[in-house]
Amino acid sequence: MSALLRQARVLKLGGIIAVFAVALALPAISPDPATTNIAVFTMMYVGLATAWNIMGGYTGYISLGHAGFFGFGSYTLGLLLAHLGIAAGYTPFLLVPIAGLGTAVLAVAIGWFALRTRAATFVIVTIAFMFMLQLLAENLVGLTGGGGGLSFPVPPWGGDYFNTPYYYAMLALATLALAVSWRIRRSKFGLGLLAIRDDEDKALAVGVPTRAFKLTAFVVSAALVGMIGAVYGYYVTYIYPQFVVDPLIGISMVLMVFLGGLGTLSGPVLGALILEPTQLWLAYNFGATRLYLVLYAAVFLGVILLLPRGIVPSVMELIERRRARAGPSGSTPAKVAAR
Amino acid sequence: MTLVLEAAVLGVLTGGVYALMASGLTLIFGVMRIINVGHGALVVLGAYLSFAASRSLGLDPFATLVITMPVMFMLGVLLQTVFIRPLKTDREALSVLVTYAIALGIEGLLGYFFTANYVQLHAWYDTASFPVGDFRVTYVYLFGFVLCLAILGAMFLFLYRTTFGASIRATMLNRTAAQLIGIDVDRVAAVAFGIGMATAAAGGVVFGITNAFNPGSHYDLISRLLTIIVLGGLGSLRGAVIAALIMLVSEDITSVVISPVWASFTFFVILVAVLIVRPQGLYGVRVRERL
Amino acid sequence: MSLLQVDGLCKRFGGVLAVDDCSLSVAQGSITGLIGPNGSGKTTVFNLVTGFIPKDSGSVSFKARPIDGLGPDRIYGLGIGRTFQLARIFPRLTALENMLVPVRRRGLRALFSRADWGHEKARAMEMLEFLEIAHVADLMGGALSYGQRKLLELGAVMMAEPELVLLDEPAGGVNPALLERIGDRIRRLNERGITFLLVEHNMSFVMNLCTEVVVLHRGRPIATGTPEVVRNDPAVLDAYLGA
Repeated sequence: MSALLRQARVLKLGGIIAVFAVALALPAISPDPATTNIAVFTMMYVGLATAWNIMGGYTGYISLGHAGFFGFGSYTLGLLLAHLGIAAGYTPFLLVPIAGLGTAVLAVAIGWFALRTRAATFVIVTIAFMFMLQLLAENLVGLTGGGGGLSFPVPPWGGDYFNTPYYYAMLALATLALAVSWRIRRSKFGLGLLAIRDDEDKALAVGVPTRAFKLTAFVVSAALVGMIGAVYGYYVTYIYPQFVVDPLIGISMVLMVFLGGLGTLSGPVLGALILEPTQLWLAYNFGATRLYLVLYAAVFLGVILLLPRGIVPSVMELIERRRARAGPSGSTPAKVAAR
Repeated sequence: MTLVLEAAVLGVLTGGVYALMASGLTLIFGVMRIINVGHGALVVLGAYLSFAASRSLGLDPFATLVITMPVMFMLGVLLQTVFIRPLKTDREALSVLVTYAIALGIEGLLGYFFTANYVQLHAWYDTASFPVGDFRVTYVYLFGFVLCLAILGAMFLFLYRTTFGASIRATMLNRTAAQLIGIDVDRVAAVAFGIGMATAAAGGVVFGITNAFNPGSHYDLISRLLTIIVLGGLGSLRGAVIAALIMLVSEDITSVVISPVWASFTFFVILVAVLIVRPQGLYGVRVRERL
Repeated sequence: MSLLQVDGLCKRFGGVLAVDDCSLSVAQGSITGLIGPNGSGKTTVFNLVTGFIPKDSGSVSFKARPIDGLGPDRIYGLGIGRTFQLARIFPRLTALENMLVPVRRRGLRALFSRADWGHEKARAMEMLEFLEIAHVADLMGGALSYGQRKLLELGAVMMAEPELVLLDEPAGGVNPALLERIGDRIRRLNERGITFLLVEHNMSFVMNLCTEVVVLHRGRPIATGTPEVVRNDPAVLDAYLGA
């Protein structure tokens, strides 16, 4: 490995550690509830975007129904807490993985149906299943409380400190999502997913078990989103069907990945870090009026039309082009895969 | 039994408007290979435009179509040119996001101008009905159905009897081949989108007469429309019409036989059944690209 | 020994009978050519054998075991690889990554192992060197020239060590120098024990390379034998010139 490459690797690792350290220390650096609230939601979306990317970014199958998994995870934890009579505190956090497991099982069922179709129909089927989950949440009143909502136990800690445990829970899940995403990227499984994205029939021709791979990516992605939804439910302490199986949540995580760069590792993180504070700012200043939606739509359209490939790939391409122009290393410009 | 029959008739009548809306949606997919998830919002927009026109000009809702259809057509061409044509790569995925953004923008604007209150289009003959056997059929439903048939008929004539219609169908079958024989696919796409919008305007009127609506109604609408075109087969007009009728009749019968609450589930039940038995829908084609 | 046995294969597309009671046999260790005028059903036979389209009737056996109804990924796992008429590789993966995609083993191992696990990377580089495209290993598939893609496609297919490789027009669209290299590589791989069945229009390529030739016309075989025999068969001449 060349010295230059090693230097770049060290820098990259150093950067990641630095960012992680800041994230870890954030509540100490800036403890006021307004900031930590933004931090909770931003970290939530970092996790959501990264998790969604495992399916949408790696395989190219765009799921617009992930809000369904988000809501399902929420309701699962809420119902678990209610039926097991678990008191508030730190224990509910320990049950989050069960919500993830439950969501995984649901995803196997939904994925089995949804993946019988190719990419275009798949999008529609995921939307349909999301609305179906929303309907179920609204109508199974005995189970979910219907339109009246479902309450979570309220934790004993409060005041300024309230947000902090939730922030760390979200950070933990985001880290988990990133770790899983990274591991997949480096594995043969991940290569298979990327191959499916490029040319699914060719992937079949070289032995990639496409259905199994797609389903696995879908389930992993859904489980992570379900767990994040569970923590969210606990955070807001009261959930309603249309606010937790909310298409806007589902579309936001997708937009963030597109903004940052589909299929890259840092893209979803970047997208979330940029868009969520923006979203919260818009909601805070314009939420009362309906203009909030118009402005959000404008941001949305701007991102897609101006940066169709996303930030990370565009930046990498820029760097590559500059390197090709500057250094006569002889090879063609399209050298490095976007990471 | 009469109840079931009445539900079936109602299903056919309302199926007409869904058939019209779904046709526009599937046409857009067929020509541009994009999923216009904003179609529901466009229908609601059409409904609101008719609402405004009918209120301020005192027109019968059906008469407002003379204004709203051309307006929506041109709006469609504009939207396609500005927001959709620039998408070069990753078309299918990005177009979903773009059309969703358009839907949100429309929802926001409508909410701003009309507030979130539910409204409904009214005609002075709203409650008039005529007897059919043991039950009654309301005139507005019948007019709506006839209108949908008329527009669907016009659309079919346009597509199958005119040269430009042939260009549209050619583009739907094979975009590259169409380009190679000199068809301006960009113009075809814009016109197709415009047609989709115009049908949304018409659908909006009938939808607005038979339902109370507000800016947020597009979610429910689009989820049904999408399910319909999947059943019919993406890109198939014939499929969209038949699927709409099947879905609506099933839903209305379920509403009567089981309960209204679970009626909306019929859509999903049918969808799941389709996915098991024939994922490409009634008239869709199992895609095996580039062999 | 007959490695691939096709019996009475039929396939109809709407009104067109693309493959009409086609029976052929590919001997192990051979380089068999499948030739015929355009539209004679050659690529359709490939698609049927490799599981890309379902057959109407007939049977296909590999190593004396039927492989009807299996999906393309299972068939690759059994040892039959194929290339496509227009060379297909994964444009957004590097050439090396293209080589690491093919799945040898199924099951959980495939899921969790690293992409360059074990000796995979070394084998991949070795194959790339054999094909003389090792210098583009880190280039994106999309950046490669057509000739490089053709070689890459062949190399990637070889990664799972198939016993039978179906080549769809390996000489299509390549310049004479590259053509000779491709022919040479096929011959060398054949010497290592790999059987080839190739569809080709380039007659001199076929005649020089193949040990056995099958001629297809309107979906059914009309002649079989060594290149010499087939070249002089009047039915074959008639098919080509008459069609």
